Amino acid sequence: MFNSLSDRLTSAFQSLRGRGVLTESDVDKTVSEIRRALIDADVALPVVRSFTNAVRERAYGAARTKALNPAQQVIRIVNDELVEMLGGDTRELARARSGPTVYMLAGLQGAGKTTLAAKLGKWFAGEGERVLLVASDLQRPQAVSQLQILGERAGVDVWAPEPGNGVGNPIEVAGTGLNHAIENGYTIVIVDTAGRLGVDEEMMVQARAIRERVNPHEVLFVLDSMTGQDAVQTSVAFRDGVGFTGVVLSKLDGDARGGAALSVRGVTGAPVLFASTGEGLDDFERFHPDRMASRILDMGDMLTLIEQAEKAYDAAEAEKLAKKMRSGEFTLDDFLEQMNQLRKMGSIKGIISKLPGMGQYREALDNFDESQIGRIEAIIHSMTPAERDDVSILNGSRRARVARGSGTSVQAVNAFVKQFEAMRKMMKQVSGGGIPAMPGIPGMPGMAGARGGGKSQFTKKQSKKGKKKKKKGSGSRQLPGRQTQSSASQPQTGSAFGMPPQNAAPPTIDDLPDDLKRLLNR
Amino acid sequence: MDQFAHFFSDPIGISSLTAVVAAAAVVIGGVIRRRNNSDRNQPTDEFTELVKEALGEQIEEPEPEIGEQPETQSQTGAKLDVPESMTGRMSRLKARLAGSGSFGAALVNLFGKTNISETDFEQIEDRLLMADLGLEATDELMKRLREHAKVLSASEPAQIRAALRADLLELLDPHMDRSVHYSPDGPTMILVVGVNGTGKTTFIGRFARLLVAEGRHPLLVAADTFRAAAAEQLATWAQRVGAAVHKADHEGADPASVAFDGVKLGIDSGADVVVVDTAGRVQNKTTLMDELGKVKKVMEKQLPVSEVLLVLDATTGQNGLQQARVFAEAVQVTGIVLTKLDGSAKGGIVISVQRELGVPVKFVGLGEGPDDLAPFSPEDFADALLAQE
Repeated sequence: MFNSLSDRLTSAFQSLRGRGVLTESDVDKTVSEIRRALIDADVALPVVRSFTNAVRERAYGAARTKALNPAQQVIRIVNDELVEMLGGDTRELARARSGPTVYMLAGLQGAGKTTLAAKLGKWFAGEGERVLLVASDLQRPQAVSQLQILGERAGVDVWAPEPGNGVGNPIEVAGTGLNHAIENGYTIVIVDTAGRLGVDEEMMVQARAIRERVNPHEVLFVLDSMTGQDAVQTSVAFRDGVGFTGVVLSKLDGDARGGAALSVRGVTGAPVLFASTGEGLDDFERFHPDRMASRILDMGDMLTLIEQAEKAYDAAEAEKLAKKMRSGEFTLDDFLEQMNQLRKMGSIKGIISKLPGMGQYREALDNFDESQIGRIEAIIHSMTPAERDDVSILNGSRRARVARGSGTSVQAVNAFVKQFEAMRKMMKQVSGGGIPAMPGIPGMPGMAGARGGGKSQFTKKQSKKGKKKKKKGSGSRQLPGRQTQSSASQPQTGSAFGMPPQNAAPPTIDDLPDDLKRLLNR
Repeated sequence: MDQFAHFFSDPIGISSLTAVVAAAAVVIGGVIRRRNNSDRNQPTDEFTELVKEALGEQIEEPEPEIGEQPETQSQTGAKLDVPESMTGRMSRLKARLAGSGSFGAALVNLFGKTNISETDFEQIEDRLLMADLGLEATDELMKRLREHAKVLSASEPAQIRAALRADLLELLDPHMDRSVHYSPDGPTMILVVGVNGTGKTTFIGRFARLLVAEGRHPLLVAADTFRAAAAEQLATWAQRVGAAVHKADHEGADPASVAFDGVKLGIDSGADVVVVDTAGRVQNKTTLMDELGKVKKVMEKQLPVSEVLLVLDATTGQNGLQQARVFAEAVQVTGIVLTKLDGSAKGGIVISVQRELGVPVKFVGLGEGPDDLAPFSPEDFADALLAQE
């Protein structure tokens, strides 16, 4: 997500990083790089202009104070401005005080409205709501049946009295759908409408009529995140034509792109509420401007990851898992179970890419084939229960057998066993508190462990102590300790970009984006 | 960091790492959740009121026009209709591009002046960027334009305008072969690819209508087995335009096998064009791109594929170039279809796409009607952008 924007900003800052002092000419150079980076990322020109102006002014200010550590300074300014431009704080969807809450979807053709309707439906159903999808797209051939099929998959009901394909009145369908929802006690109504062009006044009139009929609590404008400069005109046309209260960015699982997020927010002021990130019905998440800014700056997106993990694991499972990890009793069977849980969380790539500093591994990740997981499963399944409990008993002939059984090679089995052991070691550190050795997070707990020998001892002690304690308790108790640990062990600057550290003044914990500060207990 | 990097050396490592990460997220999440619980419950009622108020204010009494549905009904008898002539289609494109956009109009204003200043150059640059031409193409055009201006004298806007048009046209390369290649023996194989929601199925429907109008017998193959009701959508189009259709007998079938059967059916049934529709995919999903490669491979087992058409959405920005690159690498794209050109988008990205890949734009999609497909003409495209009539 935002890969190229992040990459370009990174390279723009690279020249700054070695210097000690920020000058105005540095600022001008960087700002012009930022401008190009933003245009390349499809941020609309007027938005680019206001953004670069704001950055320039603040950066001049920093330059005048002869601030040290210029890269950090500019990064921080850019980060702040990005957060501001993306919309500051997030908000919840508006809900009805009584009766069903109605959401209406609008957007260009092919933006992803029908898929989003199902995703929203599934999400609300997961929160215990009774959801009704209303098929008001009677225009596109088979849009109605698409919604019906998706509704079935999402486990929610669909109101589709008209066959579509140009037959029926979408305004009527929306109206009767709402009535049906009121009569039958649905709590959420999601109205899918036909895609339309901003310049098509006739269709805009129809969209307005639907809006007036159902009086939605939110009109969500679905915008393809690949949209270029046209994002401005389209979103203005929809704002003036239909009037929307929030934006959903779709297809954010692709590469590059993302400028549209900045454009739509910058031009219409409407908040981006959700991001649609894949073809599965679960590939859908809240849009968090602050996290997105961190992401643009390649700081990862830990909070979303955590939220996803929480949805996939229940508390008891998590407790059990944490215990096993701490004690080092984590076996291959547990690993298998983990893999299955992971699938609930979405794609491996999606998960990894949310980690800070992963930009440098983008290529490795892009080449990663998710179907490899099947091979790993085959290797584990080819082991006996005893072997799964204790991989150390795997001798040469056992490994050969496992390789034959799984249709892989001995090398693959060896590699896997080695990785598994490394992973188990890491897990112990994790349960000792924090993420181990995450590259690019300055002073992330566990960093020291990865670098020097001191931390591993610390971890060991902690994990032994923690063994008898409850997971949450031990976690939070260690946090203050972690904080000092982390601020003390920040050898690098600019590592926010996952680059090798270069000499500079040690940044303080305040230099971290809010996400990470929160992670580190502020 | 090295310790971390080795996890990326192989897929097993990546999976293991993910497991660790997920586990860590659970543990950390436990801590954070407890801390955040307090400030999560933001009041939304106030906002609801605001929204209601806002919605109430915006009501402007547009009459709900019942029964004013666009007349798709009349399109069902496609064989009886005479599809609109090509010249008619292109003049509509011109009208739309010139009329709706601010780009053309602004340039007209600009060139109406007697002198061109630096600000004017900047304006031209902005306009080009806003048409999604991208930095590289814009820089190149501007460089050339400035050179022309030096030679020509800045007081001759008409000449500079002509120079801009010529440069733009040169970037579009009018000499490219933009015809659809039909195979002389056996049915012509056409594969249609693109990211999600660009309008592949709709393009195929309109294209089939053209084929039928030309007296050909197309077979549409629904190898989009992923999106719900995609096959039905294609079948509906086939029925409308009077083309044959092949689709899988069950949902989620292997697209390559559907394509293979489709091609076989095409050969056996004596169809002269076989158009294979594929599921939309974002280009950075390697597995899906591999799947696409396989679809093409199995088609080629029976007959060579004459055309691989990449459908690009005109609203797409700079990512369009990346799309074209990756799709071209996976399935050797032979032509571009630029869709949704009737909105406010200018589709300037195709200039970069054509330039980098040397793959010509062959069709443009214009609107929502079944005849809203026209062959791409670089002259008209350039003229439309410059609003020169």
